[in-house]
Amino acid sequence: MRDRVVLDASGLPLHGSGAESPTWWATLAFMLIEGTGFALAIAVYLYLMSLAPEWPLQAPPPDLWAGTSLTLLLIASVVPNILVGRWAQQRNLRRVRIGLVVMTLLGIAPLILRAFEFTTLNIRWDDNAYGSILWMLLGLHTTHILTDVVDTVVLACLMFSRLGDNTRRFGDVEDNCLYWNFVVVAWLPLYGCIYWLARL
Amino acid sequence: MGTHFYNPAEGGDALLWQHLFWFFGHPEVYIIFLPAVGMVSTILPAFVGRPLFGYMLLVMALITTGVLSFGLWVHHMFTVGLPRLGESFFTASSMSIALPAGVQIVCWLATLWAGKPVYKTPLLFVLGFIVTFVMGGLTGVMVASVPFDTQVHDTYFVVAHFHYVLIGGAVFPLLAAIHYWFPKITGRMMSERLGRWSFWLIFSGFHLTFFPMHLLGLLGMPRRIYTYQPELPWAGLNLFVSLSALILFAGFLIFFVNILRSWNDGLPGGDNPWGATTLEWATASPPPSYNFRRIPVVSGREALSAGEEDLPVVAGLRTDRRELLVTSVVEALPQARESSTSDSVWPFWAAVATSVLFIWSIFTPWAVVWGSIPVAVTLVGWFWP
Ligand SMILES: [Cu+2]
Repeated sequence: MRDRVVLDASGLPLHGSGAESPTWWATLAFMLIEGTGFALAIAVYLYLMSLAPEWPLQAPPPDLWAGTSLTLLLIASVVPNILVGRWAQQRNLRRVRIGLVVMTLLGIAPLILRAFEFTTLNIRWDDNAYGSILWMLLGLHTTHILTDVVDTVVLACLMFSRLGDNTRRFGDVEDNCLYWNFVVVAWLPLYGCIYWLARL
Repeated sequence: MGTHFYNPAEGGDALLWQHLFWFFGHPEVYIIFLPAVGMVSTILPAFVGRPLFGYMLLVMALITTGVLSFGLWVHHMFTVGLPRLGESFFTASSMSIALPAGVQIVCWLATLWAGKPVYKTPLLFVLGFIVTFVMGGLTGVMVASVPFDTQVHDTYFVVAHFHYVLIGGAVFPLLAAIHYWFPKITGRMMSERLGRWSFWLIFSGFHLTFFPMHLLGLLGMPRRIYTYQPELPWAGLNLFVSLSALILFAGFLIFFVNILRSWNDGLPGGDNPWGATTLEWATASPPPSYNFRRIPVVSGREALSAGEEDLPVVAGLRTDRRELLVTSVVEALPQARESSTSDSVWPFWAAVATSVLFIWSIFTPWAVVWGSIPVAVTLVGWFWP
């Protein structure tokens, strides 16, 4: 068949942001998958809780200080995170670089607190079903912090390199910010389960 | 216990494995079947000269099937002694999947009814699919009921059932698809005469082979046996099944002969031998490696209309690098030109690293920790521009 040109794409931008970017959709789909994983894990926690004669099972509830300070830190990290996203949208390379360094530190700090959290759960993962699901919830979320920190470090290196000043890369920074928000929001119900449902 | 989750000797549970297997195994059946639904829905309109009836309904039914397929797996485990509530739930969910399947069948029948069918080989296989799959679906509803399933569990009735749904539901559409797209792949038509022969031999051979297995199952013949006592009343039907399988074999033999002969000596088919309206028929047969010089613009469900000589296309994408068009979700309005990935060996290494991680984790849980490092490295390498 003969080509008949009906549309000219030469004027279109080289990268769209938000719903105009395939990686934004990929991040969204990833959040959906991971969110389902969290929801299933919480369902398991609630199911075991409904079966158990006492809850927590043969253990005192986890100590509050590590988990609570981590929660506060995560919530606080949302502010610079949103700022970095905004700077990426404005293609402000200098601020994005600073912001990514800050977000790297704000990603590593919760990991340190998380290490203390594991030591203050007051139960081992193989002691009983309660211990298993507790370590499962915490481990699942730790994996998410860890992957996003790795992601942020890689992005930071990229933005400090000569490849950084590119619409596509700024889009990656925006997607990374979106994902960190998800990591924080997903933690809140987990925090409620691990620390407060065990105190009911 | 390590990772021996299913090993009773280590404190694991074999039943857990059965659940896991069928949680994969039942959706897998639909992973085999759903592409066939797409093939049938694409092939049918080309041979009845009208668009698909109830397209939207058909798509919704297909999605419903996909979602429901995750909630049925326990119907493979009705006889392991699960709680009554579970058995009732999975009976209901297993029977309910007949509804979207029925919607799809009605849409195809209505398309046939409202159109003018031209009985070429691809359409014959589509018709064979409808007949066979409906029969397999009917026995599916039967075995979804716990008392009936308890009777025929692990008998030849089940063997008959799943051959009807899988050969009927996937192999017949696949044969239709091969006859249908062969001219696009090779530029040559398959022989209609041999096609008819192979269809009728495969269709009749299939039913003569597998229908008696229902009866054998009802007569109590168990699955997975290679022989039985001579006084059991199964010998006659089994002999009949074995002979019928030869008819089925002959049909497939003719099919393969047809492919080999047509590959070099078939009649030239041209770009669009069936007068179909989907996009692949707008390019040459066989298509060049780039498919289309420019991205075609499609403005309705039917990409091509009869007698049209021109193909509406997009211009303005760069030719010196790979670019693709990002469009809005519903209206498909062009929004951006995104660069597409170039050749890279990283996805391969990422796949190798992931495989190593999973296979290693069979032996020690630490594989997940140490194995994730090469996975991360390869993913970063893949991502790096
Ligand atoms: Cu099944």
